[in-house]
Order: sequence, then C-alpha cells, then structure tokens
Amino acid sequence: MAYTETELAEELKSQKYKYGFTSKFETDRVPKGLNEDVIKMISAKKKEPEWLLEFRLNSYRNWLNMKEPNWAHVKYKKPDFQEITYYAAPQPKKQLNSLDEVDPELRNMYEKLGISIAEQKRLAGVKTDDEDKKELSGVAMDVVVDSVSVETTFKEKLNELGVIFCSFSEAVQKYPDLVRENMGKVVPPNDNFYAALNSAVFTDGSFCYIPKGVRCPMELSTYFRINEAGTGQFERTLIVAEDEAYVSYLEGCTAPTRDENQLHAAVVEIVAKNDAEVKYSTVQNWYPGDENGKGGVFNFVTKRGLCEGTRSKISWTQVETGSAITWKYPSCVLKGDYSEGEFYSVAVTNNHQMADTGTKMTHIGRNTKSLIISKGISAGVSENSYRGLVQINKQAKNSRNFSQCDSLLIGDKCGAHTFPYIETKNSSSKVEHEATTSKIGEDQIFYCQQRGMDEEAAVSLIVNGYAKEVLNKLPMEFAVEAKKLLEVTLEGSVG
Amino acid sequence: MIKIKNLHAEIEGNKILNGVNLEINAGEIHAIMGPNGSGKSTLASVLAGREEYEVTRGEVELMGENLLDLEPNERAAAGVFLAFQYPVEIPGVSNMNFLKTALKSIKEFKGEKPYTAKEFLQMVKKNQELVGLSGRLANRSVNEGFSGGEKKRNEIFQMAMLDPKFAILDETDSGLDIDALKTVADGVNQLKSPEKSFLLITHYQRLLDYIVPDFVHVLHKGQIVKTGPKELALELEEKGYDWLKEDGVEA
Repeated sequence: MAYTETELAEELKSQKYKYGFTSKFETDRVPKGLNEDVIKMISAKKKEPEWLLEFRLNSYRNWLNMKEPNWAHVKYKKPDFQEITYYAAPQPKKQLNSLDEVDPELRNMYEKLGISIAEQKRLAGVKTDDEDKKELSGVAMDVVVDSVSVETTFKEKLNELGVIFCSFSEAVQKYPDLVRENMGKVVPPNDNFYAALNSAVFTDGSFCYIPKGVRCPMELSTYFRINEAGTGQFERTLIVAEDEAYVSYLEGCTAPTRDENQLHAAVVEIVAKNDAEVKYSTVQNWYPGDENGKGGVFNFVTKRGLCEGTRSKISWTQVETGSAITWKYPSCVLKGDYSEGEFYSVAVTNNHQMADTGTKMTHIGRNTKSLIISKGISAGVSENSYRGLVQINKQAKNSRNFSQCDSLLIGDKCGAHTFPYIETKNSSSKVEHEATTSKIGEDQIFYCQQRGMDEEAAVSLIVNGYAKEVLNKLPMEFAVEAKKLLEVTLEGSVG
Repeated sequence: MIKIKNLHAEIEGNKILNGVNLEINAGEIHAIMGPNGSGKSTLASVLAGREEYEVTRGEVELMGENLLDLEPNERAAAGVFLAFQYPVEIPGVSNMNFLKTALKSIKEFKGEKPYTAKEFLQMVKKNQELVGLSGRLANRSVNEGFSGGEKKRNEIFQMAMLDPKFAILDETDSGLDIDALKTVADGVNQLKSPEKSFLLITHYQRLLDYIVPDFVHVLHKGQIVKTGPKELALELEEKGYDWLKEDGVEA
C-alpha cells in the first residue's frame, strides 16, 4: 500500500515535540501580575538607571490604554495579564572550577538542547582550557532562560575587535549611552500592544554593537528558552551596526511542553548605518501545543530594522515551526537612499497551530529595494497566513519591490491565506507581487517513490525543495538544524 | 523476466484492465499499441504500483517475485522503472540531489553500500552523454522549466542512472521532434542487454522504426487482442485499429 494524503495527515498528528522537557533549578521570581510596583521591582532587581525605569513606566501607562490587536487571522483566548509572572531567573551563579559543580539540572538542559561540553562550560561559567577552545564552534552564543541571560561566550575575542555582544542587562550597566540612544528608536514603546507590554516588563535579551568598518568574524547567536511555568518571556534585542559594519545574528528558541499557554512577547530592533549590513536569522521552535491544540506558546513579536544609512541592508530570514499562535512581522524601514530590505520566511503550521506572519517594507529613501520571499506550509487543521505591507512613499523615487508568496497545503483540513497590502505613492517605482497556492502532489510523491524513495524521504525531499530558496539563506549551522526541524515537524519521525 | 496473468484493474469503480496476459523474457523488447482509452497507461501505472488503481484479479511476477505485494519504492528497488508520460516537476530539488537520494534509497533498501561521490559523478557524466544532455540539467530543478523533449530525455537519463531490469516507457515518444526521438531511441538501444526487458507503450509506429521490438501487442478494452511481430505495427499504422476492434469483439 502506498502513502496517501490521509495517512500523511494522520502521521503528522502524532509528531512529537522533543524539547518539551522542564528543568528544575532554583529560580528567583517576582509575584505574578502586572502593576507599577512589579515594574519597579523588576527595574530594582536589575539595578537600572532612573531613565530606564521611566521608559518602562511610560510604556506601561501607554499599554493600559491600548487594545490587543484582533485583525490577525488567528483565534485564541486572550491571555490574562494578571496571571503571568513577569520575572523569573535561574539563581545567580558563582565561578566554578569544573562542570561537576554546575547545577545538574542546568547542565542537563544544555545537553538536551544539544550544546557542546565546551560550550556548556562557557555558559555555566566554568573555566575553560585550550582543548575546549578548539572545540568551540565559530558561533558566539548567549542563552536566555526565562527572563535572564545565562552567559555570553567568546566575549574576549569579540572585545578585541570592539564588538560588543552581551546581555541586555549588562549593556544597560556598561554601555548606558549606546542603549539609551538606540532603544525604542526603531520600535517606539507605544508602537503596538505587545511592544508596549514588552517595553514595560522586558527582563533581558541581547545587545550587539558592531563598530565602524568591522565585519564580525563569527555568527552571533542567542538561544531563548522558557522554562518556568506561568512565566512570560519578554526579551529585547538591540543590534546596532555602525558605518560599513557587518554582522550575522542567529536566534533559536524552545520551551517545555505545558498544558497552559505561555506568552512570549519580544522586541527586536536593528539599526544599520551607512553601508552597514545586518543579517538576522531565526529558527523558531517554541512548543506548538499538543495534537488537540492544548497548550503551546503565544508568540507575539515585534521585529523591525531601520536602514538608516545610505546603501545599508537588513535581511530577515525566519524558519517558523513552533508556537501555538504566531503574530510576527519582521520589517524594514528603508530610510537611507539605496538601502535594501529582505525577508525570507518558511512558516510551517501543523495540528491546531495558527500563524499570521509576514513583513512590512517601508520605502522612504530614493532607489530603495526590497525583496520578500515567503513560503507557507500548512498541515493538520492549522491556519497559515502571510500578511505583508509594501509601502512606497512619495519621496522614495525609483524604488523596487518584488514579493513572492507561496503556500503549500498538506491534507484537506488546513488553510493557507495571503493578505498582501501594497501602497505606492510615486510613479517611478515598481512593485511586483506573485502568489501561488498548491497542494503537495500525490503525483510528485509517486514519482519519487517510483525512483526508489519511501514516502517519508519523498515528502522530505519535496518540502525541502519547496523551502530551498529560504533555507539557502540561513548560515550553515542553522540550515542543517532547520532542515531537520522541517523533517521532524512534517514526517512524525521522533528525533 | 515478467509474467502478467489475467490482470484486472479498476479506478473509482471503472474497470480498465479486463484480463491482461503478457510474458516478457529477459532481453526482449515488447511494444503495446492501442487506441486512446484502451488501458495502456493504466497497465504502466498498475505495474509501477500507483495506488489509485485497484487490482481486482490476477497476478504479476517479476523474476519469480509477487510484484503486486510490493510498495512502489520496493518495486523500483527490485528493478522496475517507469518513464512517465508526463514527468512531474519538483521545484527546488536539483536533478543531482534527486538522483542521489533515489540511488541511496535503492542501495539502502538492498543493503548495499551507496555509490561514492566519484562513482556517482562518473555515472552522471557517462549517462548524460548518452541522452545528449551533457551538463545541461544537472543543477536545474527536476523537470522544472524543461521543454517537452528535455523532460523525456531526462526520463531516459534517470533510467540509465538507475539501471533497471524491467523498464516501461509510457508514450515516451509523444511530443518529441524527430531529433529528440532519435536521441531517446539511441539511449534505449544502448541500454538494451540480454539481462534487461523493455515495455514500450506508444500510439505511433514511428518510435518502432528506431527501437525495434521483438513483439507488438494491441490492447483494446483492457485486453490484448492481437500479438504479432514488428510488422504488426506497420499494419496498424496503415489500417488503424478499427479492424482489430471488430476482431477483438468476436474473439
């Protein structure tokens, strides 16, 4: 008997989430609920300067008057913001001499996340030897568990180049001027409901600064993990690339399997100056909920890059496989003349997952260019929407946009939707939009089978081919992980 | 090589094959001709294991093994190859990656070691020349944006790479100009060997000028109504199928 779509759909239902473990290390948390006292408490725990507390309180006051957006093509029970714990941190650690002294639970978690021994030592604050240094891959990594950043690796090497890569909290203490100057510049605190909430309660995240003329020699990476029950994760990432700087930044995330919904509302801001280039890649694998749609992470994220300088370039690449609900539009504001924005996305939804994701390209400068490649894959009873805005302002003469939005359906109970918005206010610009929707073909599967592949190999080959344009944009370490993730998500094979 | 006994098959309740009997020995080339809707392509699909078709009666043996019990990929591993009438496009999957995956799967299934990269590339080079595709298709996506002729040549190229024991060519000649037809035929003739059997499904005698069959069969209403030497094809070309339809009904 050969493989039918029904069988494929059945198999997809039973796919398991392999990052669903919980780690039990001691945590320090604030009482649940949200009010000005909680915000002051968070700020005090982090020993923040007065201006930052003001930033938080103003954001909170704005947020109180805002409404949760309901225009997205997703349905969910709105979170009760008083039931969430806004700060939870693994207990602070001291300098350790060997991995044996590390909290076994923390170590256990690193192992399950597939982080190498040498990397583990770094992260746990253990002294490293030369052997370890050889083992370390060319990726500088930061891990954010629940609310705080655990450790940043490779700090010294980056320091020599003047590259700053550290936790957001550390940046606030050590580089307050840089933070103050750029924070909220791209995503203002009152930008939207979730950005305002994040601005009020964010606990940590990553900060990255590339000085003028420096090409960051390694990928910078942050790994986010929600661990504690009942907590939200509100991290902020700020990347500033000075003139002629270059950096490639990776972000990964997982969360334990829980019956309740957990909220993740992050803000990512990127500033690119003249001739600077920033590549931001995400592999998002938050817990998607079980096959009946119970549990899972609400992923409500605001990501935006400002191409401030002439000929600056920002590329977003995302592979979205997790989360129960995704609401996310990594965007580019193309302010500098000749600046460029790119958005490459693969979004996979299965079972009861719902994703409303896409991008905004705002053309302000002359001769600006944007490219949008979006590949949606829907299976199970999921809903997968692309939503994108291409806005070409009056002064953005001779601007170009090309958008391609493809949807692939697996089975006959899922949905794929495309909501493109195009606004062009001058006549010298050119906007192109292409969209396709297709079902994974029985013909294609049979063709592969006739050439000797079994059903799983066939589906995996076809899906990877479909998403190739985007997967090719990922740095190599990530591309391999992303391919595996696609296979696991779509084949039901437990890794 | 292959024995088809009293094969009946239907799709969505429509009976298409109504007792096909056919035996092909190793080294032989057989051609099946017949009017539209006579069941030619159905026979090819059933032999390859397409699951929309339900086999209601009959048996098919491939070198003594019950073919109908096997999954399509297992049939491929056992040496069955189908050159599709309408080769499917697989965007984003390069021809090379596709063939590598296919060969690896077959080798794995048989418990054999996969080809080394060097062996693989040598095979590619040799076989591309065979069908006049040198270097042209390697890095393009499977059949995407190929002309009709390129698609058919690519089928023959894949056939050469997978080196099957029993190959079915389902209207490989349709839509080909005379040059492409010659190239395809050359390819098949070079692959011909005493260990291999071919089943050519075609509408036209033209292909048989270049690939000379040992036997020609006429399929009508899901049954083989006439079998003859290669000259039968010429006769069909001249007279059409109507006289056989009469015969068939009487027989």
